[in-house]
Amino acid sequence: MRNLLFRNLFRRPLTEPAPAPDEAGVAELAARVDAAARRRLGRSLSIREVDAGSCNGCELEIHALNNPYYDLERFGIRFVASPRHADVLLVTGPVTKNMAEALRRTYDATPAPKWVVAAGDCARDGGCFAGSYAVLGGVSAVVPVDLHIPGCPPSPTRLLEGLLALLDHVDGKAARQ
Amino acid sequence: MAFLDDLLRQGRRVNEHRPWPRAMVDAAVWRAVVVGLAEQRLTLLGLWGEPQRVHLAVLEEPTPEEPAGLAVVSLDCPDGRFPSVAGRHAPAQRLERTLHDLFGLVPEGAADMRPWLDHGRWGCAAPLGAAAPATSEAAAYRFLPTEGESLHQIAVGPVHAGIIEPGHFRFTANGETVVRLEARLGYLHKGIEGLMAGAELAGAARLAGRTSGDSTVAYALAFARAAEAALGCEAPPRAHWLRALMAELERLANHLGDIGAICNDAAFALMLAHCGALRERVLRTAEACFGHRLLRDVVVPGGVAADLDQAGRDAVQALLANIRERFPALVELYDNTASLLDRTVSTGILKPELARRFGAGGYVGRASGRGFDARRALAYPPYGNLDFEVPLREDGDVNARVWIRIHEVEQSLSLIQQILARLPQGATRSDLPVAAGEGLALVEGFRGDVLCWLRLDDAGRVARCHLRDPSWFQWPLLEAAIEGNIVADFPLCNKSFNCSYSGVDL
Repeated sequence: MRNLLFRNLFRRPLTEPAPAPDEAGVAELAARVDAAARRRLGRSLSIREVDAGSCNGCELEIHALNNPYYDLERFGIRFVASPRHADVLLVTGPVTKNMAEALRRTYDATPAPKWVVAAGDCARDGGCFAGSYAVLGGVSAVVPVDLHIPGCPPSPTRLLEGLLALLDHVDGKAARQ
Repeated sequence: MAFLDDLLRQGRRVNEHRPWPRAMVDAAVWRAVVVGLAEQRLTLLGLWGEPQRVHLAVLEEPTPEEPAGLAVVSLDCPDGRFPSVAGRHAPAQRLERTLHDLFGLVPEGAADMRPWLDHGRWGCAAPLGAAAPATSEAAAYRFLPTEGESLHQIAVGPVHAGIIEPGHFRFTANGETVVRLEARLGYLHKGIEGLMAGAELAGAARLAGRTSGDSTVAYALAFARAAEAALGCEAPPRAHWLRALMAELERLANHLGDIGAICNDAAFALMLAHCGALRERVLRTAEACFGHRLLRDVVVPGGVAADLDQAGRDAVQALLANIRERFPALVELYDNTASLLDRTVSTGILKPELARRFGAGGYVGRASGRGFDARRALAYPPYGNLDFEVPLREDGDVNARVWIRIHEVEQSLSLIQQILARLPQGATRSDLPVAAGEGLALVEGFRGDVLCWLRLDDAGRVARCHLRDPSWFQWPLLEAAIEGNIVADFPLCNKSFNCSYSGVDL
């Protein structure tokens, strides 16, 4: 293990580099998320992820946000284990009838002010599962949604974009209050 | 497949079913098949229903002398009753409860009649059968009783602490030791089989690819192969090879992610970081080659929807070089970290006898002595032309499941190399006729064998489609493997199984 750790000391990090002027990729976007997050939430945004019926594709890409390439935690944005610790619920999937109550209770357990982000095409309106006897519809069928991130599944880059949009929205909402 | 042949001869062959036989049988032959399962002369592959009919897919395991035998037996049940399979053969338990929930058919002689997918919230009973209005409100679920001194229960879920799918786990523990675990799933039930009925082929293929997000290639492939079998046509050779390339990329991505995540559940985060980086490389390569990180909707009935160009080829070559350079050091790290091995070795042991009885596929089966691999046993193209080994161990603990994954990563790297070297030229998609037919497919996903059974109507639409995830036969084994372990080792055991929730909730 020492060898591996030692070698890594001399290897460039995998984390996408600081914004390059000509690159509208992850890095630049990440820097914008960083600035907004710090301004509004003092460098701390806690997200509770809720799978309300997804196929697990969205979860895989949300997981990827934590890998060394995206390294979400460097912005102070982190996933927490309980809704009671969360500012944001990140909800995926069409909401199945079997999950509706659990989603509602998770929302109720999240302290205000709170925001809900619906991730994935299914989370908008049920996607290709809409119309099933077992599906209620999109996330907004059960809890109020502040933002929707499209994609099947949304790539980690898209998810970052979405979180940026949310932070802008957070500012707006807070100003109105 | 002498045993199976004898049973099939007593039924009426259904000619439009391909490529393996299906026979309409009477209750006596049905019972004989069930006895064959109970005596382990046959392995259960699937059990599913139609409004007045039940189907049972079985496998006669391959031996050195005989290839694998597959068949479907079907029983008409106009009175809505059929002889229970689960009554004699426990692996059919949840499939049978599901069949009852969805179609309202009653298994006679069943040991467990509790609902499974039906949580009493659909507003109707038997939605795919007679679809009666629901008779009662959601009732409390009766977990199996446990008796003894100083037992306490721990209820977990459906919303878990991590970024994972929902499900409920009910632990009964004595101090730290788990006495019984019972899972209650079904939270993700989306009614995929209901949505499939009447769908156009293309739409149904998209649904199949969204049954379990991490196995989208495997499901799309199973569906495509079943559709092609039903229509009596073949995908072009190049498509077969590209499909295998995608299937191996999917296996690689999932195994790399799992190896890291298992170690992370033993608080060894370094491995997660390194494996996560390798996994990300695989996903980026997949996107560069075929336009989607998870390869969704690329395998379609008739072939594949995207071709591999020179740039894609180079990207895959670079990926192989990268993993070959980095992965061995990680394997060494795993093997030389005593504190990590202390957690994985002898934890969550699944006995070979249970793995065989349940027909457990994938790394769960192969870590416990069951070497079935659809790529080898059925040798669907192009795997008959590729060299690979199916790793096998007998120890059945978390460590064994990690090692099987490590060896499968190595095998997948070799397979991808062979595919790149021998990829034939030509078309990547053929036109499908519009016709009726029935098809069965069994393909090897990263978790194990995915089954798809399909009936198309005269207009080429899906009349009935059944998808069976490998996790149907792995979830119950997790409950057995955790017994006697401490509660804190559950995440480790669970991740080493990594069963699909969405795949079994349908």
